[in-house]
Amino acid sequence: MARFLRSDLPVAADPGNRFLPLLVAAMVFLATLALAGALALQDMTTRWRGSMTGTLTVQVPPVAGESSADTVARVDRVVRLLASLPEVAAAVPVADEQLVQMLQPWLGSDVLIADLPVPRLVDVSLKVEAMAGLDAMLARVRDVAPGALIDDHRVWLARLIALADGIRLLAWATLGLVGTATTAAVVYATRSGLAVHRPHIEVLHLIGATDGYVARQFARRALIHGLIGGAIGTLMAAPALIALLALLAPLEGGLVPVVTPASVHFLGLALLPLLAGGVVMITAYRTVRRQLARML
Amino acid sequence: MAFKAGQNKGRTSRIVDAEGSTAIRFDNVSLRYGTGPDVLQDISFYLDPGSFHFLTGQSGAGKTSLLSLLYLARRPTQGSVQMFGRDVSSAPRDALPALRRRIGVVFQEFRLLDHLSTLDNVALPLRVAGVSEAEIQRHVPELLGWVGLSRHLHATPPTLSGGQKQRVAIARAVINRPDLLVADEPTGSVDDRTATRLMHLFMELNRLGTTVLIATHNEGLVRKFPFERLHLEGGQVSVLPPLAGWAAGDGLFAGGNPLADLEDL
Ligand SMILES: Nc1ncnc2c1ncn2[C@@H]1O[C@H](COP(=O)(O)OP(=O)(O)OP(=O)(O)O)[C@@H](O)[C@H]1O
Ligand SMILES: [Mg+2]
Repeated sequence: MARFLRSDLPVAADPGNRFLPLLVAAMVFLATLALAGALALQDMTTRWRGSMTGTLTVQVPPVAGESSADTVARVDRVVRLLASLPEVAAAVPVADEQLVQMLQPWLGSDVLIADLPVPRLVDVSLKVEAMAGLDAMLARVRDVAPGALIDDHRVWLARLIALADGIRLLAWATLGLVGTATTAAVVYATRSGLAVHRPHIEVLHLIGATDGYVARQFARRALIHGLIGGAIGTLMAAPALIALLALLAPLEGGLVPVVTPASVHFLGLALLPLLAGGVVMITAYRTVRRQLARML
Repeated sequence: MAFKAGQNKGRTSRIVDAEGSTAIRFDNVSLRYGTGPDVLQDISFYLDPGSFHFLTGQSGAGKTSLLSLLYLARRPTQGSVQMFGRDVSSAPRDALPALRRRIGVVFQEFRLLDHLSTLDNVALPLRVAGVSEAEIQRHVPELLGWVGLSRHLHATPPTLSGGQKQRVAIARAVINRPDLLVADEPTGSVDDRTATRLMHLFMELNRLGTTVLIATHNEGLVRKFPFERLHLEGGQVSVLPPLAGWAAGDGLFAGGNPLADLEDL
């Protein structure tokens, strides 16, 4: 290790030495939270989607004083509309007898469905699980049959999934932004370090050092800083994540399934500081190479 | 501008060298800094492989500038510099490290790395060339012993005297047995006795084949050793005969290793 740390350049005195680990620590902290959020949401929405089958039911409400022929016609229009939608595989009205059967426990067997203000039902099977389109679908159905409903829970869940997907995208964007900002800061820190060491680098060059040799001196130092910063960031993020998990735990078994952390996720989070070290090192190396290419 | 004097007349310019030494050839070389005047004006000369020359000229005459073309710190504004059998003035950037490893340089202002020990400073040319640590630990202390710095292996340059720093710089220049040694005022900070001894070190290297060029103001030194002089004046170079009257090698090494008594410096 001492051999590895040995440097021909007095990099130990660089101004960036304290700045870089601190910066990487903050960035890894943010990245850990963002990644944890993204992975957890991914997990949750997958499970939410799984709990939604490929079928749903549209309720067409009765209109007071309407003839049963009119009702049938309206239900028919709804069925035709639904069948014409690209995401719908099939739309079948639930037959009166079936409705009677469903109502039997409450109303007995001798009901005349036409006489009751009972909504008619249309069973819809979806081609794809295009849950996000449910609101649009409902709006179109309502054009034909005012007051029509798609079972509530499902619409609510679809909205929740859309929200979660949005947040998840935001988390990935945050991760990307954190990565970009870190890279930019490393480029800047490396350049100022290079400027400080320019006379020494010139001597190294003149005694026959290649650009790679010089760049490796910077890259080694950057790797160490990146790893130290990464470790600190992870250590700071860990209690925050544990606290969040503790807050989420009581929600389990409620209305919707919530996050149960998978070990792959923890592995991903644990790899973040290593990734940070690698990114910082490669960025420093490439920055030095680019700058040196302009010297003689 | 051709050769001023006729010194090199009739010599075939051997540009392809024997192993371990190099010829140097300047063809119509000009050098200018930025938009300033030409420091070197269209100069041409040829140095035999394995030769030993002084480079003289007043302060500001352009000695360091000329040497910097030789140790590949800059490219000429015009003309070409040839050594190691090729035109080094137009060599691509990535060919330079290998060329520079064949050149030992003693800089006028030493340019030691202040945070590194004497040992590490001298080891640097070997390290950048990928020489093993075992080799380094064997050769570097030995050479430092030769230049009388055995007791300062772990000292850093700021704690050394001017003459000691100069000897570290010289040790760094010769550690990898360069094919060309370029020294800029290498005896400027030492007394005459030490200067003479350091000259013997260069001559020993030269005897092993290294082409040597030494810039100096020290007239006494120039008078003492029988080497041709490259003289710079008004941006022009001329090759002048030796000032000393005796032939090279005359009894210089009689009495064994001339470096041995450096130990007690
Ligand atoms: N980096 C530079 N930028 C601009 N001008 C320079 C530079 N280096 C040298 N010069 C100019 O070039 C001329 C020759 O300088 P050089 O250092 O080669 O002289 P020198 O013969 O080595 O002098 P000395 O004996 O004092 O070391 C001087 O006029 C100097 O001002
Ligand atoms: Mg000079």
